[in-house]
Amino acid sequence: MNFDFSDEQKQMRDEARKFLAEKCPSKAVREVLDGKAPYDKALWQGLAEMGFLGVAIPEEFGGAGAGHLELCVIAEEMGRANAPVPFSSTVYLAAEALLLAGSDAQKQKWLPKIASGEAIGTLALFEGKGNPSPKAIKLQASGGTLSGVKKPVPDGAIADFAVVAARTGSTGRDSDISLFLVDLKAGGVEAKSLTNVDPTRGQAELTFENAKAEPLGAAGDGWSILTQVLDRAAVLLAFEQVGGSDRALEMGRDYALDRIAFGRPIGSFQAVKHILADMYVSATLARSNCYYGAWALSTNASELPEAAAAARISATQAFQHCSKNNIQVHGGMGFTWEFDCHMYYRRANTTALTLGSLSYWEDQLIDRMRKKNAA
Amino acid sequence: MNFDDTPQEAAFRTEAKAWISANAPKQYEEELRKSSLGRTVLKGANILEVAKAWQKKKADAGWACLHWPKEYGGRGSSPIERVIWQQEEGPFGKLSGMFIIGHGMCGPTMMAFAGEEQKRKYLPPLASGEKVWCQLFSEPAGGSDVAGLRTRAEKRGDDWIINGQKIWTSGAHYSDYGILLTRTDPNVAKHKGLTMFFLDMKSPGVEVRPIKQASGQSDFNEVYFTDVKIPDSQRLGAVNDGWNVSLTTLMNERMSIGAGVSTGFPELFEFCNSLMLDDGPAIEDRNVRSKLANYAVKASGLRYTSMRAISALSKGERPGPENSIGKLVAGSMVQEVAMYALDLQGAAGVLSGPEDAEVAGKFQAMLLRAPGTRVEGGTDEIMRNIIAERVLGLPGDIRVDKDVPFNKIPTKGRA
Repeated sequence: MNFDFSDEQKQMRDEARKFLAEKCPSKAVREVLDGKAPYDKALWQGLAEMGFLGVAIPEEFGGAGAGHLELCVIAEEMGRANAPVPFSSTVYLAAEALLLAGSDAQKQKWLPKIASGEAIGTLALFEGKGNPSPKAIKLQASGGTLSGVKKPVPDGAIADFAVVAARTGSTGRDSDISLFLVDLKAGGVEAKSLTNVDPTRGQAELTFENAKAEPLGAAGDGWSILTQVLDRAAVLLAFEQVGGSDRALEMGRDYALDRIAFGRPIGSFQAVKHILADMYVSATLARSNCYYGAWALSTNASELPEAAAAARISATQAFQHCSKNNIQVHGGMGFTWEFDCHMYYRRANTTALTLGSLSYWEDQLIDRMRKKNAA
Repeated sequence: MNFDDTPQEAAFRTEAKAWISANAPKQYEEELRKSSLGRTVLKGANILEVAKAWQKKKADAGWACLHWPKEYGGRGSSPIERVIWQQEEGPFGKLSGMFIIGHGMCGPTMMAFAGEEQKRKYLPPLASGEKVWCQLFSEPAGGSDVAGLRTRAEKRGDDWIINGQKIWTSGAHYSDYGILLTRTDPNVAKHKGLTMFFLDMKSPGVEVRPIKQASGQSDFNEVYFTDVKIPDSQRLGAVNDGWNVSLTTLMNERMSIGAGVSTGFPELFEFCNSLMLDDGPAIEDRNVRSKLANYAVKASGLRYTSMRAISALSKGERPGPENSIGKLVAGSMVQEVAMYALDLQGAAGVLSGPEDAEVAGKFQAMLLRAPGTRVEGGTDEIMRNIIAERVLGLPGDIRVDKDVPFNKIPTKGRA
């Protein structure tokens, strides 16, 4: 049994950590937080040059042709650094959808641009409140054009193209849904930035008015492709969440070692120690669930749907738990704008929702476990 | 990343599987598979006898205490082979419960500190289950604070005379031998005046009194010592170095991985899959699904955490600290799971008799046994301290009694 990343993969993680420590310090994240830029363009270019944007994209499409395990270790570091770039929407959602369902021409058109940092992509799925569901998709496709409104769309205001879920039938079945590729710069789409809980990652409303669209995958396959894309993204995002959890735990631990109150480091009080121990527990459970997700993703195992849901739930819980208790350990200082604690708290609570809420994934997990049980 | 055995591991697994299949007491397999925390019973058989017979059979064929050296009754196996054995032994592994303390703690301590002749005499029958050992550490005045123990050992000629009382001693009522931590010098700080021995539990002056637990069962005991004589040759480690000896015992325990702590989740999932609520199957109820999902990811998180440790063993590395979360997570989870399973039964959840209760009262038994899991072998609070101090590197608690002679430490709170 070798249920661990290889030495080469760990080396890549170290490389990514070093790179991000240098290029993505808290100061850089704050530029975006304070609204001075919609995302960190220099970091985005740097990630492209390092080969991180295309790490799981095959070489024939301009990527590094490594694999999903390599992408997992980079995702973890992106989460740890709280990177203010459209990595998850471009790499986990748009690129994965293209890899799963794109024609050769579509892959040739977009994947090399993703790898080189020239194109930002996203997935336009949601239409207001609610969780992923074919019923919730109203945006209409007809005659090669799309009309309707999508929100929230992660990074929608800075994206060059979007994978859009649209309605192509009205039978009440999953096959009513098809996917389309839309060049957002080609006209017919209006993007509006929306204020959101985590300003370091943009959210937008996209209004489509007879926007030109080309099918992605076969007509009527949209929901089945989407489900697979969401599972893959769930594992990858879970690694970001684990990276964020670990960072929040370290911040809390470091503060508890340095901060003196009542004449001793606050980390010597059991009340504080136990908070930190529980953070370690949740982060460890999440990491282990994520490793299983990584294995299932990288081998395209039949266990992926269950593994992805478990990783998603566990990592969401861990990041929320660690980021909120990091603030608690910091006391009043943790509640200031000046300290970085709130940036992880914001990120934890937005990543908890971007692929559908915790309760949605809980439901998914039980469905999938039942299916396995029945099989 | 893969779950495959190396060729050597696969060969070992095949051999273990074949032997277990040909030799295990299959007539008990179903009952053992169904048994859960608080309920391991074999109808019409004495489980201690079944357990001892299985252990002896394993020992005779060289499958007992796999990681021990051959000359002491083991097989000289690698840590990963021990894990593979446990995986293959499956439900029959539940029969090892009465040997866990002897094999996991007493044996390794004897191996590290007893003389060669003693090791050859005592270890093989311990490995084969013919002799059962217990660990006499905790006392009424020293549970979490075990170094606060008060049982005295006084040197008289070549012997030591023991007086005092131990408590929470698992299996003392069926044990043949025990390792015993005593106080030999009360005039120095508490950790510096302890000495370890091993003794025959049939020695004159040893009295074992089973404790009736809150669950109604009796797994633990009080053990009283009245002028019990132990020869100096049965001392383990130097006089007054007992604290360090006991740390060796405890460290050994941390290396044992894969035994698996019960979370109650598989039982709950199975229960919910068949249970009908007023408005339909429980498994289709939103609240039930949410609860189940939360327990599921804890259970899978523990399972994969243990696989990470096994992977380290497989590579010949020492497992990281992540395995320290197992007991803490599983202990409180099994209690919550039991409470939730009763809640799902509504008013009938109060019934615990095997005939009337749902699934033969499995969850009621689990509920009543569960508080013990959060206390035994280190309370939840001690486990959190261990994680905080040894894993996260936080400072130790301020210990007001650390440099005080033991006999000057206050013994009462409010007068």
